[in-house]
Amino acid sequence: MPDAPPDIRFVAKNMRLDLRLIAEMVAPGARVLDIGCGDGQLIEHLIREKGADARGIEIDMAEATEAVAAGLPVIHGDADADLAHYPDGAFDYVLLSRTLQAVERPREVLRQMLRIGRHAIVSFPNFGHWQLRWQLLVTGRMPDNETWDRKWYETPNIHPCTIRDFFALCEMEGYVVERWLAVDDKGLRSPWKRSPWLANLFGEQGLFLLRKG
Amino acid sequence: MAATGMTQALAPLQPIDHQRAVFADGLALDCGAVVAPLAVAYRTYGKLNAARSNAVLVCHALTGDQYVAETHPLTGKPGWWEAVVGPGKPIDTDRYFVVCANVLGGCMGSSGPPEQMTDSEGRPLGRPWGTDFPNVTIRDMVRAQKRLVDHLGIPRLLAVVGGSMGGMQVLEWAATYPDMVVAAAPIATATYHSAQNIAFHEVGRAAVHGDPDWKGGRYWEDGRIPEKGLSVARMVAHITYLSEAALGRKFGRRLRGASALTFLEDVFEVESYLRYQGSTFVRRFDANSYLTITRAMDYFDLAAEHGGEVAAAFRGSATRFLVASFSSDWLFPTEESRALVRALNAAAANVSFVEIATDKGHDAFLLDEPVFHRALGGFLRGVAAKVGA
Repeated sequence: MPDAPPDIRFVAKNMRLDLRLIAEMVAPGARVLDIGCGDGQLIEHLIREKGADARGIEIDMAEATEAVAAGLPVIHGDADADLAHYPDGAFDYVLLSRTLQAVERPREVLRQMLRIGRHAIVSFPNFGHWQLRWQLLVTGRMPDNETWDRKWYETPNIHPCTIRDFFALCEMEGYVVERWLAVDDKGLRSPWKRSPWLANLFGEQGLFLLRKG
Repeated sequence: MAATGMTQALAPLQPIDHQRAVFADGLALDCGAVVAPLAVAYRTYGKLNAARSNAVLVCHALTGDQYVAETHPLTGKPGWWEAVVGPGKPIDTDRYFVVCANVLGGCMGSSGPPEQMTDSEGRPLGRPWGTDFPNVTIRDMVRAQKRLVDHLGIPRLLAVVGGSMGGMQVLEWAATYPDMVVAAAPIATATYHSAQNIAFHEVGRAAVHGDPDWKGGRYWEDGRIPEKGLSVARMVAHITYLSEAALGRKFGRRLRGASALTFLEDVFEVESYLRYQGSTFVRRFDANSYLTITRAMDYFDLAAEHGGEVAAAFRGSATRFLVASFSSDWLFPTEESRALVRALNAAAANVSFVEIATDKGHDAFLLDEPVFHRALGGFLRGVAAKVGA
């Protein structure tokens, strides 16, 4: 983005890694719905950098209000209840970053995403990462690290899954995985992208670009 | 406290020279009647820019008027939305040209029941309209405002903003003149008036009708007003604007002038407050206008105007919407705003939505609610930046 003014480069540089990777997958000028958009960082980036018609849904009222106060088209709502009200094919991309594991009905949410959007872009923290496996094996306790930092009895992440679980769901639902990648906890693209088995062990996050089969 | 005849009887509203635009050809209403000439009383704040792209129309609620951000000429009190409209405020009069018109059917100078009645040729009949003023709808009010906006030479409104009945007008603006509305902010409102809300209005109207001084609507004949009935109507309505929590916080079960019940002439503070609200209201509002405008609200059903589907009213609209509701508002509850948001989503419209956490009930939209003000101000700045206003 050579033409971007300095403050925008700053924003992009400081944007969460998975958001940056998602932004790279979105074509310029696209119609985008970002589910779980937080304070609207990605939406703002897509509007300013890609000329996208980007909108958002956020379940946390304080975050939604921040986004609206920043002039962004964000509604307070949630993925489980609100997607059903959008018309078919309303968007080119429907995004769900680090939220799939927290919705009540992930399978239905994915179905809705691919009903209202031509493509779905989904990122989630990989529960198959070796550190989690190791912790569970060695300590016999639920994982507790930077990503999975809430106790089992208060975590909003009620549907954790692994990268291989997600591949299996896509196959079951007949979704085409157009692109996928795994990233490590340092935020870099990982070298094991050819192998879902290795990605599932070393990838801290999975990122998928899907369309309906 | 109620007037007991003799000399206390209140006279009709003081005549005030309101700023008005008058349209000789009049306005054809949804009911089939024509009001001619059509008078639209209004106030403006700030300056229209050279591109005429910075005009914001504010729509007032049931008992509001055009005096949004200045001392009211009748009551001497501050404007009803000075928390939101003014220099440096969310609707910033240093940036935007703000217009507010008294609604059709109102009593602050626009055509309405207290104004001079005219015949079908527009000739004055030497008496007020009273209850002969035709039934108006929210859409009629908006059509009257459209005449004013055209008259002021505004090709497109940067935004139309309003709460409660003002929000109904905002929705009607966006549905009826989508190309003229860059952004719309319907606040604490709904796409139709609920059965419960109609019921409360009917209690108020019954109170007016039941006051012998109302005289079938012809109270202007002997210079009195149905003070008791209109005051009761206001008291009932005022309860619906608050919340149980707000009443509890402000008044609780406290007594006026006593620390414990005496079973003699105890007056709870909340009673005294409501009576005061009723008694001041009758000095600034016309009873027949109250009947006309509450009816207009009751008639409002946006879906019914669009084949039974709210989304149909906004399909293909390029207008940007900000929907806002208040958590303790039980007159226009959040669920109704959420239903509006979903209809806008179904229409693929561009919409922002926030529910503001507050215990102040429906009235919250008028009060000091910093989070709401930040959201509204940010929304308008975003829209203005996009169109370069």
